[in-house]
Amino acid sequence: MKGGGFRIYVLAYLVFLYAPILLLPLFAFNDGTVIAFPLSGFTTKWFAAAAEQPSLWLAVKNSLIIAAASAAISTALGIFAARASTRYEFPLKGGVMGLIMLPLVLPEIIVAVSLLVVLLGLGVNLSILTVILGHVLICTPFAIAILTSAFQSLDRSLEEAAYDLGETGLSTFRLIILPLVMPGIISSLLISFTISLDEFIIAFFLAGTQTTLPIYIFSQFRFPQSVPIIMALGTVLVACSIVLLTIAEYLRRRGLARSGAKDTGGFL
Amino acid sequence: MTVAAKPTMIEFRDVHKYYGDYHALRGITATIRAGEFFSLLGPSGCGKTTLLRTIAGFEEISSGAVMIDGRNMEGVPANKRPTNMVFQSYAIFPHLTVAENVGFGLRRARLPKEELTRRVGEALEMVGLRGLGARAAHALSGGQRQRVALARALILKPKVLLLDEPLSALDKKMREQMQVELIKLQRQVGITFILVTHDQEEALVMSDRIAVMFEGEIAQLADPETLYRRPTSRKVADFIGTMNFLSARILREDAQGIEVEAQGLGRMLLDASQAPGAASGTGTTAGFRPETATILFEGQKAEREAMGTIDEVVYFGDMTYYDVRLDGTEAPIRISMRNVFGRPVLDIGARARIAWSPGAVVLFR
Repeated sequence: MKGGGFRIYVLAYLVFLYAPILLLPLFAFNDGTVIAFPLSGFTTKWFAAAAEQPSLWLAVKNSLIIAAASAAISTALGIFAARASTRYEFPLKGGVMGLIMLPLVLPEIIVAVSLLVVLLGLGVNLSILTVILGHVLICTPFAIAILTSAFQSLDRSLEEAAYDLGETGLSTFRLIILPLVMPGIISSLLISFTISLDEFIIAFFLAGTQTTLPIYIFSQFRFPQSVPIIMALGTVLVACSIVLLTIAEYLRRRGLARSGAKDTGGFL
Repeated sequence: MTVAAKPTMIEFRDVHKYYGDYHALRGITATIRAGEFFSLLGPSGCGKTTLLRTIAGFEEISSGAVMIDGRNMEGVPANKRPTNMVFQSYAIFPHLTVAENVGFGLRRARLPKEELTRRVGEALEMVGLRGLGARAAHALSGGQRQRVALARALILKPKVLLLDEPLSALDKKMREQMQVELIKLQRQVGITFILVTHDQEEALVMSDRIAVMFEGEIAQLADPETLYRRPTSRKVADFIGTMNFLSARILREDAQGIEVEAQGLGRMLLDASQAPGAASGTGTTAGFRPETATILFEGQKAEREAMGTIDEVVYFGDMTYYDVRLDGTEAPIRISMRNVFGRPVLDIGARARIAWSPGAVVLFR
């Protein structure tokens, strides 16, 4: 059959990608401590057990604080950078933008180690604040990439029209630019939030005595009896991620439709 | 014309504009009168849009002065100028309704709600969009967006309305309709309209006066008829419509006029007004429009006749264009003939007698 090989490849690729994730809910609802087939029965007790762990709740709280703060800060920084790169010409623009985007491809472990060395050298106490710092560093390039495409699809004469009709630079930004790039801002917030939430290496190095959700999960894997609880937790996280990304994509498309731009595909 | 009596609205005094090394405006000096429909016409890159944007305040000039209603606009930002603009892309705010777009400029006036609604309604009525106020802006057609842009710019009752190629995105039929509507609208509101266009026909149809621009300079500023009948340079003559050029020689120039011998046409005596341009130093040329000469059919006679051979025939339905090589000339000239019922269309290669008139000739020196 024509294209048969290609179909098999696509199928194999999807199975490899998603089958392990599908195992999460399977074992999360399985009434047995061993992660193996055959399944022994349906239960929701692992979810209840997860909810009863105080250290888990602390890790969730920390992670949410870190993710929310990282998302807000990196999106704010992203707005400035995207506005500057789409609207103004300045010396060494290409080089400056390249350096800002570099953390996108830097190995996280290098970022984590160098940040740790610098922070310890400066005598800064490790806390969730230092994790936020690290996460802002890795989230900002994503925010810039998303927001640049949002700012780029803005017709420059919209700004001029508002200015021409008596508005100031600031009120033009508030009345015209901000509403039109809002979908981009929201998807930047969601993406940064998601990246920060499941980031492990930087959090592991910079959290000090604090734990975040990924660190908690990693540490719990040493105890076989808590593996089903992790499965339950993982199921909840996967569900949340899917919901968040769906919202982000929906908003991105709606933004494109509203400003009448062509869909160039994907978030970045 | 009544326009001549009106006071000056805009004055350019030796306006120069540089973008780095690029000299975009090279000493523009001109006045635009109050209540005038004025066009800036030229090919792309001639500086017409830049000149318009110096009036709006979107471009700072490098030297010279732009005066609006007697006031020097130096240092006055776009949001404080008594001008409003209709953008080429219309720049309709896509996240607002039609009424919110139109009323956008009144936001700062903090009018009571009924007053605002009334004025937005009036503006929509004026451009023929009554009842569409609640419509989302991104759901409009091209022609409707154009009207919203007009209403939005006119609601502030500016002294000058600036139109940056407003019709270029519309199809031919819509464009012709909007041309007529714009003229009517301008007469109705009495505001000075300044239109930027690269379409010579559009400029001729709509304007009281036209400034033809090439390479950052105004080549000629005149009313449409003068521009068409008495262009001051070959370049202007070529840009506005079609003109035939024949190389010529000045035999005598005195109080009676200018005696000229043109290739293919022979000797003629021209009035001094038929040589409106300054000397360009590129040689002397006699020019005439395709419709000022006719091909004579059997039995017809004319005071001045020339002989030629038909080189090409282009049939347009109501018109036929003939390219005719006059005896003793190299390049063919074009003659346009209205197709009258019963008159045959001539064939390529046929001999033709051409009637022409010295009064229609323009001399370029």
